[in-house]
Amino acid sequence: MGMTMTQKILAAHAGLDSVEAGQLIEARLDLVLGNDITSPVAIHEMDKMKVEGVFDKDKIALVPDHFVPNKDIKSAEHCKCVREFAKRNKITNYFEVGQMGIEHALLPEKGLTVAGDVVIGADSHTCTYGALGAFSTGVGSTDMAAGMATGLAWFKVPSAIKFVLTGKPAKWISGKDIILHIIGMIGVDGALYKSMEFVGDGIQYLSMDDRFTIANMAIEAGGKNGIFPVDDLAVAYMKEHSVKEYKIYEADEDAVYDEEYVIELDKLKPTVAFPHLPENTHTIDEVGDIAIDQVVIGSCTNGRLDDLRIAAKILDGHKVKEGIRTIIIPATQKIYLQAMEEGLLKIFIEAGAVVSTPTCGPCLGGYMGILAEGERCVSTTNRNFVGRMGHVNSEVYLASPAVAAASAITGKISSPEEVM
Amino acid sequence: MKAHGKVFRYGDNVDTDVIIPARYLNSSDPAELATHCMEDIDKDFVKNVKKGDIIVADKNFGCGSSREHAPIAIKAAGVSCVIAETFARIFYRNAINIGLPIIECPEASKGIEAGDEIEVDFDSGMIYNLTKNTQFKGQAFPEFMQKIIAAEGLVNYINNKSK
Repeated sequence: MGMTMTQKILAAHAGLDSVEAGQLIEARLDLVLGNDITSPVAIHEMDKMKVEGVFDKDKIALVPDHFVPNKDIKSAEHCKCVREFAKRNKITNYFEVGQMGIEHALLPEKGLTVAGDVVIGADSHTCTYGALGAFSTGVGSTDMAAGMATGLAWFKVPSAIKFVLTGKPAKWISGKDIILHIIGMIGVDGALYKSMEFVGDGIQYLSMDDRFTIANMAIEAGGKNGIFPVDDLAVAYMKEHSVKEYKIYEADEDAVYDEEYVIELDKLKPTVAFPHLPENTHTIDEVGDIAIDQVVIGSCTNGRLDDLRIAAKILDGHKVKEGIRTIIIPATQKIYLQAMEEGLLKIFIEAGAVVSTPTCGPCLGGYMGILAEGERCVSTTNRNFVGRMGHVNSEVYLASPAVAAASAITGKISSPEEVM
Repeated sequence: MKAHGKVFRYGDNVDTDVIIPARYLNSSDPAELATHCMEDIDKDFVKNVKKGDIIVADKNFGCGSSREHAPIAIKAAGVSCVIAETFARIFYRNAINIGLPIIECPEASKGIEAGDEIEVDFDSGMIYNLTKNTQFKGQAFPEFMQKIIAAEGLVNYINNKSK
């Protein structure tokens, strides 16, 4: 029986010729990731293990990014714990404030994740690296600890759903609209325990940043991972950013899929997920009048250069509506610098937005943009659960950078068409 | 091994942000996390939960973030078992890894209400609703997972293996 792309990567890392859905395997890990929230718990667990240090100091990435620069004393203690662990174990890829970025934008940019890798990360959005043709998935702190200690993790081999993306995306359609459309279609548990494998001629029109956004939100459909085939664009990205050897896996022609969906990219419309689930999607033409208080453009989902470029294109020459707090967060230092060199930051500041150092802060209601009772935010982040960005009676509407930027100008959820 | 307690009943897609809101994630102390468990979905939970009580929910329990703080908070609040129609996969792994027993059983989810007194036998996977005098067969764990639970988590399991 044929294997999916994910199954082939897992088989190779388990030292097996083939695997099938449901099989339990132990796989070799190419990278283990943690952040300032999950790593302290993992470090504490690892301390309890009878092991001598980490399995490979070059294959662990520690990225304090959620509550840094330290938001309070307790966060500072967590970061200190991670910093000291990194120092003690001579971890090569520890990223201090000044070098750090939002982990899932940072790791591919630093060349730490490439096609064919198996990556676990103690952060649910670790699935992002599937954009490069890697198997990567989120785990908890104990799995991270075991991964750091042994270089191994157990997995139940997932079955898969195939998403065939066809045609050229319609105007204003980005990776965010595509993945929100998909989550709206299959629901927040539509891909529970499964791989989401993206294929089709439409992929050639998607930038790497679009693909990162799509793979990033596989978890919002319950998926174990999201994965793209490795084409020339992905290879060029890896050659530019990484010295690691990559390996291209392709799904067998007779691979078995639980379901198959065709997404016609030329027929999509900008899509917004209403509170309080990413599956509550509406296309922009059916949104109606929804006044907002805040806009956030950033996060591991949409804080990359393409995202900032489209936001700047829309905000250029405009002012954000009076009273709309518009917070823009480049995901890494490199993106920040490039946005500065391209003049994007000037456009944002002149429009009346604030630009922040890289942080996950507002996405999870940590800091840097918490909502008060009754407030509404249009956000390019990934979750709109109850209380996600602040007060239990606040609301988050998930959208693309284009819709978020347009909404900042009008003060209500808006299509880019309204302001361009 | 058995669990026995009163039921707290929740619906679909109970996410990790309502189980333990991120505003409390500047702590990783189980006892402190427990004082905020379920706060954004049921502010009386912490006040009412007693040691041994059981959470029963519908689809996709624990969806969202990978924060292990979520099952840690539930366990530290005294909950002895979570039963749901389905669990989100990272929560599922995390619960097993920290030794919080969880069982997928759609029939039990449908046949159990808030306040029911239930008993769960982890060896057989049987769930008994003592209030309604009904019983359900939950999914049994594969052998290696039973070992992880018996060792009260992955860390002890790894330590036992390396002996």
